[in-house]
Amino acid sequence: MKAKVAIVVFPGSNCEQDCHRAFSLLGAEPVMVWHADTELPNVDLVVLPGGFAHGDYLRTGALARFSPIMSAVQDHAEAGGLVVGICNGFQILCEAGMLPGALRKNSGLKFLCKWVTLRVDNADTAFTSLAAEGRLLKIPINHFEGNWYAEPDELDRLRGNGQIVLRYAENPNGSLDDAAGICNEAGNVFGLMPHPERACEELLGSRDGRVLLGSLLDRIESSRKASA
Amino acid sequence: MSYLARVDVMLKPGISDPQGQTIEKALPVLGYDGVTGVRVGKRIQLEVEAASEDDARTKVQEMCEKLLANPVIESYEVMIG
Amino acid sequence: MSFAPELHRELGLTDDELEAIEKRLGREPSHTELAMFSVMWSEHCSYKSSRVHLRDLPTEAPHVLVGPGEGAGIVEVAPGVSVAWKIESHNHPSFVEPFNGAATGVGGIVRDILSMGARPIALMDPLRFGPLDDDRTKYLVEGVVHGISNYGNSIGVPTVGGEVVFEDCYAENPLVNVACLGVIEDRLMHGRAVGEGNAVILIGSSTGRDGIGGASVLASAEFDDASGDKRPSVQVGDPFTEKLLIEACLELVRNGLLAGFQDLGAGGISCPTSEMASKAGTGMRLDIEQVHLREADMEPFEIMISESQERMLAVVDPANVDQVLSVCTKWELDARVLGEVTKSGRVEVHRADEVLADVPADALAEEGPVYSRPIEEPQWLRDLHAAEVGDAAPPDLQEAFLTLLGSPAIASKRWVWEQYDHMIFLGTVQGPGGDAAVIRLPGHEVAVAVSVDGPGRYCYLDPYEGARLAVAEAARNVAATGGTPLAITNCLNFGNPEKPEVMWQFAEVVRGIGDACRDLETPVTGGNVSFYNETNGRAIYPTPVIGMLGSIEAPERSTGMAFVAQGHLIALAGTTDPSDLGGGEYAKTINGRIGGRAPRLDMGAERNLHRFLIASARTGVLASAHDCSEGGAAIALAESALAGDLGFRVDLGEGEAHRVMFSESPSRAIVSFSEDRLEAVRSLADETQVTLTVIGSVVSDSLDFATFAVARDVARDVFEGGFSRAMSASVT
Repeated sequence: MKAKVAIVVFPGSNCEQDCHRAFSLLGAEPVMVWHADTELPNVDLVVLPGGFAHGDYLRTGALARFSPIMSAVQDHAEAGGLVVGICNGFQILCEAGMLPGALRKNSGLKFLCKWVTLRVDNADTAFTSLAAEGRLLKIPINHFEGNWYAEPDELDRLRGNGQIVLRYAENPNGSLDDAAGICNEAGNVFGLMPHPERACEELLGSRDGRVLLGSLLDRIESSRKASA
Repeated sequence: MSYLARVDVMLKPGISDPQGQTIEKALPVLGYDGVTGVRVGKRIQLEVEAASEDDARTKVQEMCEKLLANPVIESYEVMIG
Repeated sequence: MSFAPELHRELGLTDDELEAIEKRLGREPSHTELAMFSVMWSEHCSYKSSRVHLRDLPTEAPHVLVGPGEGAGIVEVAPGVSVAWKIESHNHPSFVEPFNGAATGVGGIVRDILSMGARPIALMDPLRFGPLDDDRTKYLVEGVVHGISNYGNSIGVPTVGGEVVFEDCYAENPLVNVACLGVIEDRLMHGRAVGEGNAVILIGSSTGRDGIGGASVLASAEFDDASGDKRPSVQVGDPFTEKLLIEACLELVRNGLLAGFQDLGAGGISCPTSEMASKAGTGMRLDIEQVHLREADMEPFEIMISESQERMLAVVDPANVDQVLSVCTKWELDARVLGEVTKSGRVEVHRADEVLADVPADALAEEGPVYSRPIEEPQWLRDLHAAEVGDAAPPDLQEAFLTLLGSPAIASKRWVWEQYDHMIFLGTVQGPGGDAAVIRLPGHEVAVAVSVDGPGRYCYLDPYEGARLAVAEAARNVAATGGTPLAITNCLNFGNPEKPEVMWQFAEVVRGIGDACRDLETPVTGGNVSFYNETNGRAIYPTPVIGMLGSIEAPERSTGMAFVAQGHLIALAGTTDPSDLGGGEYAKTINGRIGGRAPRLDMGAERNLHRFLIASARTGVLASAHDCSEGGAAIALAESALAGDLGFRVDLGEGEAHRVMFSESPSRAIVSFSEDRLEAVRSLADETQVTLTVIGSVVSDSLDFATFAVARDVARDVFEGGFSRAMSASVT
């Protein structure tokens, strides 16, 4: 049975089609959910895709976190469901308090669209289980506000818990501790600035995105088997 | 009653401000030496219905906590009237 | 009279034009009508100086479904698969306010594509500025790139290629052209107000005072020192609204809710209302009080010509109006029924009981003046031809090579295109930095290849030849990736058409484009003319920017420009004429000269090369192919090596080293392939009558021309750093 994936679409989201395509390629069953809906369909994974939800007005993600759908997303996470925020989605999860820290303007003050090398620093998560620790992944970034920041105490805590899951091999945007992707303490909510959905086909430059998205689908399948 | 509120949202001290730094570097080139401590923030202006000035202030502060500022990286100052 | 006697002049109309309007109407025009005529009869909207020349361009072919005259040209790239392709300019606004000028340029061309019912899927930005060692130029480059980045990225359309060119002549007149590719997802829409009684609906942003007298007036007059106060006229874009507009409109098209559709750009509401009515032979009756205003106290004429962004005009069957409004509401867009289609053939604008305007649609849209402006070959051209070419040998060949490699003209533009999202939609098979962008079409096997090229210097030396070279180069870039060139869109950027020498340049360029397009069988599907690119009497080079569109059977069958493996053989396809240095990068950058004649083009040899490149891609025999252009074969070799993080060892053969290295003879490409493919490649070259000369092979880490060698890492630093270092040496 295919994994069911909800992709939340905000006004101004623009990576939802790409996410849909990537998850379909990997054998899951993605479905789009409009931000104004108050309920989620019965799904295994919720994806907040990249883009410019609500035009990034005020602060990126600031308005989107108040969208009606977000309380259903929060409930899903609290019940242990998997959530991943990609780029703008990561920004929204931080604003919503579902992930620690905040995303700021790139230190170079320029938008950056380029391939980067990520390092898996915690292979023991639902997001990275298909990789070995230290594995390098070629995945592109595409953002103006990808500079992750957390207060010093928070940062120590996150490091101690292994919540900084992915780091940049060469920091492109000033992110504290080179953090590219993080998770919550319970390990079921992930956020990353790079776009794994853009790295699922050799023709486009890399298949390494499949390692990350595939890990999520793998976890879903094992959970199903476990509860069967 | 309608009160005019002005909110200044600034990055917390200690948080690096590349925009401020860039401006600070540019000023001497234009002939302005001796300028330091450049920080860039934003000003939000709103008209709010409230029973009193204190009431207006309380309301706007709540708005700052919930939406207008991001407490992880920003601090705010509310001016009424 | 209801207005000041000189008002028409303030609005850009000549006394003769006013007289023609009065004659046509049989009376004096109202204030509102005068404003409508001023925009519809402006150079930008009416093409009054260019029409007589443009009518000779080839525009037809079985695969061209829609030619010039609509929102965008439509080309069938595979059975049942059609794309929209168009280029537009936003030159004057970008000089006045670079960020918003460039941003709204993107917005405008995207809406042109959308108006055909196509989803915009790729953008390209050919940009031209003055010399980079000027702070004002840096400010413009920063602003323009930031504007395009901010707008294009926010609406979620990838910017997949473009150009950045620097010439003295663009210093006060930068050129910001933007091309957009779209794909027809469901049905093709047309800009016709069909159906008496159909509703006319304005969708999108509110109408403010943006660009009152904006694009139309700015583009119909030169800049002078008083231009500083044109700033309030510049339009400000809102990409968030544009993104919503794209999604809402495509939903409307998909659900068959629109009878006619057009975008609003230059000329504001006046434009689609008159054009759609004129095309359908119908009329429109509008209530100006229905227009959603941003500022309450706007006068009717301001409302009719405001160039507020992010707006579309739809013609809708009354039975569908509610649904249209509800789709717009869902996407948080304003939509107002302004009025209805009539059979009067006239555009009527009312406010309560008052008739503000009542003009035949044709008078506005079709009957603009057509000028056959005087043309005269300039005297200085003779002197220019006789002037020094700048082809003397350099004191140090290696230094000349590195200087060229790191010059802003040639160095990597990564600084620019890393600011553009070039990956969204998962369709970019080849992106910025290559010869042409290769875009995989969603849901289809076919890919398209698109390139933009506009060699202004060649056109300055030889307008006719330069134009042919421009078309040939654009086609060659497409063919290098394996694409079969199908059609072009063109942006013609020129000086003041009231000057006979500029008009002569225009006529010659258009003649060159026409001949080249006929030879290459790539008709013109539409485009844009931008005149008055002059400041204080100094005109830009005649600069036709050609946007070539081609098709590739399958994205896997495209060829990249990077060397792939050590040991691969490198060959030059085509022949080098060592005298082709006129107007080239070597002459300008190393010897500081622009003179002589542009390189000679043998269209037969050019076509043969295309056939060779296309057949090679189809059979997969080549590892790489890269067209030779600025800086000649030496630079093409360097680019192919550095793109693959490799090197080469070649011998370019007999002749003066700097000539064989830097001559810019057209119809050439640097190709590489594995040794076991040599016979197959030779055989394809023979079949297509292309001269193929093996010149060396791919090595690991040096760029070796036999006479000298440069370490790959040194070359990389020069190439990657040249442009960004020049930009960083700036104030901001």
